[in-house]
Amino acid sequence: MTLKRASDDIDRSEPAKKPTPDTTLHTALPATPLTTASANMDSDDEFNSSQVSDDEFMADQDSDVSIEDDSDFDIDQDDVGFESQDKDIKPTKQTYEVDFIVYSPDQIQGHQDKQVDEVSNILGQPPESTAILLRHERWNKERLIDHYMEKQEETLESAGLGETSTTNPPRLEHVKGFVCDICCEDGPDLDTFAMRCGHRFCVDCYKQYLYTKIKDEGEAARIRCPGDGCNRIVDHKSLDLLVSSDLQARYHELLMRTYVDDKENLRWCPAPNCVYAIQCGVRDKDLIRTVPTVRCDCSHFFCFGCSLNDHQPAPCALVRKWLKKCEDDSETANWISANTKECPKCHSTIEKNGGCNHMTCRKCRNEFCWMCMGVWSEHGTSWYNCNRFEEKSGHDARDAQARSRQSLERYLHYYNRFANHEQSAKLDKDIYLKTEKKMTQLQNTTGMSWIEVQFLDAASQALQQCRQTLKWTYAFAYYLARNNLTEIFEENQKDLEMAVENLSEMFEKPIDLLQGLKVEMMDKTSYCNKRRVILLNDTADNLQKGNWEFNVTL
Amino acid sequence: MSTGAKKRIMREYGECMSDTPPGMKITFDEQNMTEWEILLDGPEQSVYAGGHFKLKLTFPNEYPFKPPVVSFKTKIYHPNVSNDDKGSMCLGLLRPEEWKPPNKVVAVLRLIQTLLIEPNPDDAIEPSIANEYKENRKEFDKTAKDWVKRYAK
Repeated sequence: MTLKRASDDIDRSEPAKKPTPDTTLHTALPATPLTTASANMDSDDEFNSSQVSDDEFMADQDSDVSIEDDSDFDIDQDDVGFESQDKDIKPTKQTYEVDFIVYSPDQIQGHQDKQVDEVSNILGQPPESTAILLRHERWNKERLIDHYMEKQEETLESAGLGETSTTNPPRLEHVKGFVCDICCEDGPDLDTFAMRCGHRFCVDCYKQYLYTKIKDEGEAARIRCPGDGCNRIVDHKSLDLLVSSDLQARYHELLMRTYVDDKENLRWCPAPNCVYAIQCGVRDKDLIRTVPTVRCDCSHFFCFGCSLNDHQPAPCALVRKWLKKCEDDSETANWISANTKECPKCHSTIEKNGGCNHMTCRKCRNEFCWMCMGVWSEHGTSWYNCNRFEEKSGHDARDAQARSRQSLERYLHYYNRFANHEQSAKLDKDIYLKTEKKMTQLQNTTGMSWIEVQFLDAASQALQQCRQTLKWTYAFAYYLARNNLTEIFEENQKDLEMAVENLSEMFEKPIDLLQGLKVEMMDKTSYCNKRRVILLNDTADNLQKGNWEFNVTL
Repeated sequence: MSTGAKKRIMREYGECMSDTPPGMKITFDEQNMTEWEILLDGPEQSVYAGGHFKLKLTFPNEYPFKPPVVSFKTKIYHPNVSNDDKGSMCLGLLRPEEWKPPNKVVAVLRLIQTLLIEPNPDDAIEPSIANEYKENRKEFDKTAKDWVKRYAK
């Protein structure tokens, strides 16, 4: 129990030094690894999606971080012990955090161009062909160079570059006696096109084919020649010639997507309309030991392992199981618990939807009494008084039923808390939005500065983030097998939950009281954040060391 | 649907008529040329011999840039035909990523006939039937023949 209560007494003397929602947060360099657990980090989900400010897109192009050199980003400062966190949360890396870098579209393009240039020089191929080759080898340049050096012709052929395309740029032609094999049109004035493979079609069909591939099927890097059985890839220059300008944009976007999709250490931010990609070194096999939550520059927190919203402390595998279970069970389980019983013999779940209490199980034909669950034959004809409570058979049946219900109850216990935090987070947010409006008014009437009312913003964000964490602690706990560590975990959970509820309660106070609660609220906010860090550090640390025992296999 | 596509379907119909694969009958409605009805006899050398299968071939609006859609209206016990009221097929040429615009309906019809003679359990839509086909051929043949008697006479 050594981990708890590191900071119950809060430093009340320096509220001014509490992290104020800094305006610089949004102008932070996107290329800088965000590895701090700043106390006022924005919380997850839609809450912050509106906060994307334009200046974020003015990504610092100079900070040329090579995508390969992520080792340079060792933020290897020593972990700060819990004792030293009393003052304020330092910009050091916590156990539960991972290193990552956020890239803007321009930077991703830059990385691609750089690699294409490099490899182009080595292979002596023009950049367009090199780009096709690299995409064909899924951006594994070592493999490409090996293959190319060994079997140049074969490599070019398999990437759809049959003969070198340095001479003779692609062009439209009129061909005598031509009949398009797609639309069956012919005529001497028909514009036609073919790549070097010689599969010639009329230009309208060719364009329509490319349009369908790009627009409907989202293909880009590996569009093959429309000719039957031909595997030649439609190259950049041919596309430029055939594709209309509005489709070009889409085409280039898709090409860029393949770069990120092909790289194991890159992942798109899943937030709607977000254009950033994140680089992180955590691999799939590491996911049972770590929960890699990253924060995109658009303020969205998500898991690098599975792209879902931040689900610390629960590892991805448990999250998948839990969500599946909830999808299957939650609504039904509640209903089953309230409306059904199980057949005492075969344990089929039975709903009694009216009628008499003489039940006959459809499945095993067992006849029993709905009231006491006893065997029906013992009831005789006078069952309507059903005074058979002490009878042994009914008693046993109820026992067995109780046991099987217990597992359902256990699930519902965790599920209800999980769902409750999810719901509360939404309500907290609603209140915040209302309050914010009033605070703006308050600002106008009392002449308080913008900075001075920001404590509410900080409190709201802390609430969102802590509830997100709490929510997942319940899914985590559901799968946790009891050992000595679970008690510490539950204590941490309890402390965080209490702190959050306290803060949440203050939050609901009428607006005129809020000003008086400012210091207290700031203290609570920072306390909540600290409790959260403590809980997450504990779970992450033990996850890393493999100390948790789960009642399922990850 | 574009006039080009209609023209192409008409032309393909003509080709099919002059060179219909044996054991096949195509019904074509001038009013709705995007849906063909096909009557297919179970090939002699297959377990489906003696059966008559009704198929529907639908041309999507994007035809020929997207493949036609084939469905069995007559129930058939086959690893590559879905065992539901849709009777859909999705393999080889019929997949959007495999289909090339110059491909023709005749090729699709030939593919179906070939599949009746030799199912492709490695690209199955019904894994359990595919498994039976591979592991317990006798049982598969029996059920398939049984279904022919029951549904395809």
